[in-house]
Amino acid sequence: MDVQSLTYTIVGITFLIYIAIAVWAKAGSTKEFYVAGGGVPPVLNGMATAADWMSAASFISMAGLISFMGYDGSVYLMGWTGGYVLLALLLAPYLRKFGKFTVPDFVGDRYYSNAARTVAIICAIFVSFTYVAGQMRGVGVVFSRFLEVDINTGIIIGMCIVFFYAVLGGMKGITYTQVAQFCVLIFAYMVPAIFISMLIAGTPIPQIGFGSELVDGGGFLLDRLNGLHEELGFASYTDGSKPMIDVFFITFALMVGTAGLPHVIVRFFTVPKVRDARISAGWALIFISLLYTTAPAIAAFARYNLINTVSNQQYSELPSWFKTWEGTGLLAWADKNGDGAIQYVKGDPFAGKPAFTGETGELGQRLVSNETTTDNANELYIDRDIIVLANPEIAKLPAWVIALVAAGGLAAALSTAAGLLLVISTSIAHDLIKKQLNPGISEKSELLSARIAVAIAIVVAGYFGINPPGFVAQVVAFAFGLAAASFFPVIILGIFSKRMNKEGAIAGMLTGIIFTAAYIIYFKFVNPGMNKPEFWLFGISPEGIGTLGMLINFAVSFVVSRLTPAPPQEIQELVDSLRYPKGAGEASAH
Amino acid sequence: MEQGKLKEYWKINLSYLISLLVVWFVVSFGFGILLVDQLNAIHIGGFKLGFWFAQQGSIYTFVVLIFVYVALMNRLDKKFDVLED
Repeated sequence: MDVQSLTYTIVGITFLIYIAIAVWAKAGSTKEFYVAGGGVPPVLNGMATAADWMSAASFISMAGLISFMGYDGSVYLMGWTGGYVLLALLLAPYLRKFGKFTVPDFVGDRYYSNAARTVAIICAIFVSFTYVAGQMRGVGVVFSRFLEVDINTGIIIGMCIVFFYAVLGGMKGITYTQVAQFCVLIFAYMVPAIFISMLIAGTPIPQIGFGSELVDGGGFLLDRLNGLHEELGFASYTDGSKPMIDVFFITFALMVGTAGLPHVIVRFFTVPKVRDARISAGWALIFISLLYTTAPAIAAFARYNLINTVSNQQYSELPSWFKTWEGTGLLAWADKNGDGAIQYVKGDPFAGKPAFTGETGELGQRLVSNETTTDNANELYIDRDIIVLANPEIAKLPAWVIALVAAGGLAAALSTAAGLLLVISTSIAHDLIKKQLNPGISEKSELLSARIAVAIAIVVAGYFGINPPGFVAQVVAFAFGLAAASFFPVIILGIFSKRMNKEGAIAGMLTGIIFTAAYIIYFKFVNPGMNKPEFWLFGISPEGIGTLGMLINFAVSFVVSRLTPAPPQEIQELVDSLRYPKGAGEASAH
Repeated sequence: MEQGKLKEYWKINLSYLISLLVVWFVVSFGFGILLVDQLNAIHIGGFKLGFWFAQQGSIYTFVVLIFVYVALMNRLDKKFDVLED
């Protein structure tokens, strides 16, 4: 079978599995719909959390980003794993003991205030929509590259699949589907990594391979990479070029943001006991680490392979994958000096993304109409996503591995999209309708409105996937910054400070959000020309500003709470009861 | 549970949290970021040590930290008899 039919077969089989699980795990009550009945075993919950967490961005883009950023890429590696320590130690067990369904539930009850609950609902919905639009886009991209269907058709197929298992099964269907999706995506990620590690470093373990000597006798891989980088004018691979303070603040914002994201927190409401909440964070991190410790190895292997394959090579002698990916527009070559060879050095080859003229040059390369830059000799445009997507071809792996990568990318995007859609529907059906607008609503109608809310959310997310607002990539910093500056401090203080009252919490959340949002909006939208280190506050980029927003939130909450009356006695007793596991019972609505 | 015992349970829990979070901070922000240049002078195999902590070592430590906390708390819950049924 050729690659195309193999891909259809493997993707088709995985989709059938997801649908079969959805039919088996149909939700019968709101509790099953919101938190899978609170009965998911910790290991399975860990796998589901890992699939939920690892999005299209983790699967497709992260290794590529690290490959081009070197040491600077560590912000993602540490930032997107370290948050699980905070979750396991500071949040998950207490929120599980609290025993409700959602983060706004906790904020509303702990701070005895519907205003606080409303702020939390708005943040939850905003953060989740930001994320989900990107996932739908990821589904479309995988479909169009591997199955050669139109990107919009791809998104609609993806919407139908998610619609089926999210509307029918709710959290229960989503959780068990995510377990299957985790297996697919981790297998698809590891297989090419192991092959490539064998080829380049002679060991099947990529985590060891990228610190090993090259099979061809060129010394240690990382030393060789640093040497190549120096020759070509790039910053040293293992040192990077971001200022230390920015690396620190971005890493911190990503960690704290992870621990404050509603679709991650809600996973810990689905396990039977408090002790299960602690350990399922551990399982989740083990499963996530498999991918996150492999990614930097793939990044280094791919960087080495790429430079060796293309640098100063004649275009006519390049391997066939180069032409294939040039065809998709992810690679482009502008022969500035007319020598027929590829010069790959530091700098942009031309302004912006390649705009192909539709004509080909004398060597068969696709010509671009972009204005070429004159301040550097670089001739090669490379989209970062290519690192993972083209990896199997670059390493000359069999066709079934390529098909597997397509199925893995889809599993990553669909599992994250489903988790986010559930948060949106829960926020609307439970936090908004049941808790505020119509408290007398029956179980059956609440379940129905949750299903309708998921359906509407899928359509809205699909719309943004088909017509992506230009700012999707820009607002990711928003999601983490806002989660770091709003949810994280409010939940931590709610558990660890009995004295924290509603005045402090609301004032803290508002100042944290407003400060963070204003900073990001100013540098990303109002005045993007000023988005440079010399204009940043203390040298902190918009990606890292959530850390400062969090500190401001903590400080304001503390001061305001000391100037206003202590919370009522029953709230102080509630906080006491959160602090030890006994009597947790099952997650309940009342 | 009586107040005194609860206070003691909470105090021990907090002391676990503080020591584990110190390790969390040191391996990632300490070894991986603030001290990265100093540690990079040390080589382990093909890795510079600071770089290794930033891209590998900190993540392994995070996993270990969570399981250590789980074990400590399970023991503490039993000792103070606050286990769930």
